[in-house]
Amino acid sequence: MTRLRWLVPTLYIIFLMLPIYWLLNMSFKTTNEILGGFSWFPAEFTIESYVKIFTDPTWYSGYINSIIYVGLNTVISVSFALPAAYAFSRYRFVGDKHLFFWLLTNRMAPPAVFALPFLQLYSALELFDTHFAVALAHCLFNIPLAVWILEGFISGVPREIDETAYLDGYSFPRFFTKIFMPLIGSGIGVTAFFCFMFSWVELLLAKTLTSVEAKPIAAVMTRTASTSGYELGLLAAAGVLTIIPGAIVIYFVRNYIAKGFAMGRV
Amino acid sequence: MLELIDVGKRVEGQDHIRDVNLSFDEGSLNVLLGPTLSGKTSLMRLMAGLDKPTSGDIRVNGNSVVGMAVQKRNVAMVYQQFINYPTLTVYENIASPMRVAGADAANIDRKVREAAALMKLTEFLDRVPLNLSGGQQQRTALARALVKGADLVLLDEPLANLDYKLREELRVELPRIFAETGAIFIYATTEPHEALLLGGKTASLSEGRVTQFGPTIEVYNRPSDLITAQTFSDPPMNIVPMTKTGSVFVFAGKQVPVSGDLVRLADGPYKVAIRPHHLMLHAPAGESLELEVTVSTTEITGSESFVHVETMGERWVTLTHGVHRVEVGDRISVYLDPRSFFVFDNQDRLVAAPSQDILPHEDLASASAGHG
Repeated sequence: MTRLRWLVPTLYIIFLMLPIYWLLNMSFKTTNEILGGFSWFPAEFTIESYVKIFTDPTWYSGYINSIIYVGLNTVISVSFALPAAYAFSRYRFVGDKHLFFWLLTNRMAPPAVFALPFLQLYSALELFDTHFAVALAHCLFNIPLAVWILEGFISGVPREIDETAYLDGYSFPRFFTKIFMPLIGSGIGVTAFFCFMFSWVELLLAKTLTSVEAKPIAAVMTRTASTSGYELGLLAAAGVLTIIPGAIVIYFVRNYIAKGFAMGRV
Repeated sequence: MLELIDVGKRVEGQDHIRDVNLSFDEGSLNVLLGPTLSGKTSLMRLMAGLDKPTSGDIRVNGNSVVGMAVQKRNVAMVYQQFINYPTLTVYENIASPMRVAGADAANIDRKVREAAALMKLTEFLDRVPLNLSGGQQQRTALARALVKGADLVLLDEPLANLDYKLREELRVELPRIFAETGAIFIYATTEPHEALLLGGKTASLSEGRVTQFGPTIEVYNRPSDLITAQTFSDPPMNIVPMTKTGSVFVFAGKQVPVSGDLVRLADGPYKVAIRPHHLMLHAPAGESLELEVTVSTTEITGSESFVHVETMGERWVTLTHGVHRVEVGDRISVYLDPRSFFVFDNQDRLVAAPSQDILPHEDLASASAGHG
């Protein structure tokens, strides 16, 4: 029995990695080979798809646009959620618990519901097709999430630390930036990661609120149909490149995420 | 000088602090003594300015400080929990109040090293607090309070979570170290013997009220009422309702002849409180009252024994030196000496206390040896 202990995890990892391997495999094949038949390895190994993505502006600008609005959204979400989470954790005010729950319910609404009002509103405000429009729209679900995660981390810090700082003479802004933020650094890291992730994978709002100037990579990928059909190799390469940023971020915050899970907030 | 005038604090319709009047002199050592939830921490938070009183006034040198920001008051506070800045090194933790005040680096360095040496932290200055033992963490907090040079130093059961040895050591050192700074030193504790060891003045607290404030030894020897007497006794005093008629106390059919001050008391019902170490298991030399009791439990700590006994529905506890071998259920005799009686009237006010020339030192010795 014990000799077969490796079996289950191995099978699990194989099933888990198979689609990703297949994507990687496809990205190094030509479209003809992909359509031609089944093969475990690329017969004609080519990096042409990648070259195309990195040289064609319609492709790489998709990545740049995505990174801009995702970064913008992460910064906005965390910097607005931080004071909010502090208030929810430290102060008691009328309806605080209801407000906190209501904030969470925002995450339950499907983004599609908000697509039309956002589109109309942003068009009226001439925000349509800007990075800012998408970043702002994504705050809809990212700020509640960020408040929720950060509140957990902040409540883990004893209130007496705040008081000790005041007794030592720290003003609130100085205490918050010098003492408090480093203290919940891992929480901020985890929060930023989740904001990044959810904004990065969100397609509907990003696609609806942009046309040319701020078109995200996911939207670019859906428009690769050409006269010769879909360019599958190119799509696969774009897919691989879409996974990479998330993988990099996850590598850096992997320890903090475990901590967040332990606190029951992630 | 710090004065509290008719200070009260209500939280959600509940009185946490009621009608507190206290005044503390500069350079004085004061103890707040009371059981858990008696309002020690609430009172300290009011004095520090972390909370605002709902009534009354708090004055420093005659000027009201109610509503003044914590940052503007020169106060240091150490909590029962070990509170330090986890992201800063021990050195930076201690230096923190001086850094905020904008002291120059050389001055900070000198003071931090001085305080660290006093608190035996010199070799840990580069570590972060969470890598230290509990005792070292609390000493870091104490060192930070020390370098601040505050006018008011509040220590809220600072040694409660420390191990025995360290507690003994710091209890002796702390008042001495802070006395040199000339600050008003206020120390909260639940333990009567800690108050006795610290000396100075004691304010006894019960349910948010100060029941008595005066020199520690006086509060111990002449508690103004029953609650104060109970607060200042661990294990609790044994209370016996007695009726005085003429020159005798009548208690459960027994007559106790009284002498000295007690003779002057008016006839009527009284509550007599007897300290556990005045309930003796061996007949003393002089006159005494013998009572038959049943042993219900015994606790032996080594140098002394607590024997819990039952008599006529009352549970009493006796404290004696050495190890006493008595079995649960045994019928034994205990001896009372009327000269050790604290006598309280119907309103629980003290009317007579044991005269101190009878049992002067024994009281203190056994009380301080009490627990550890």
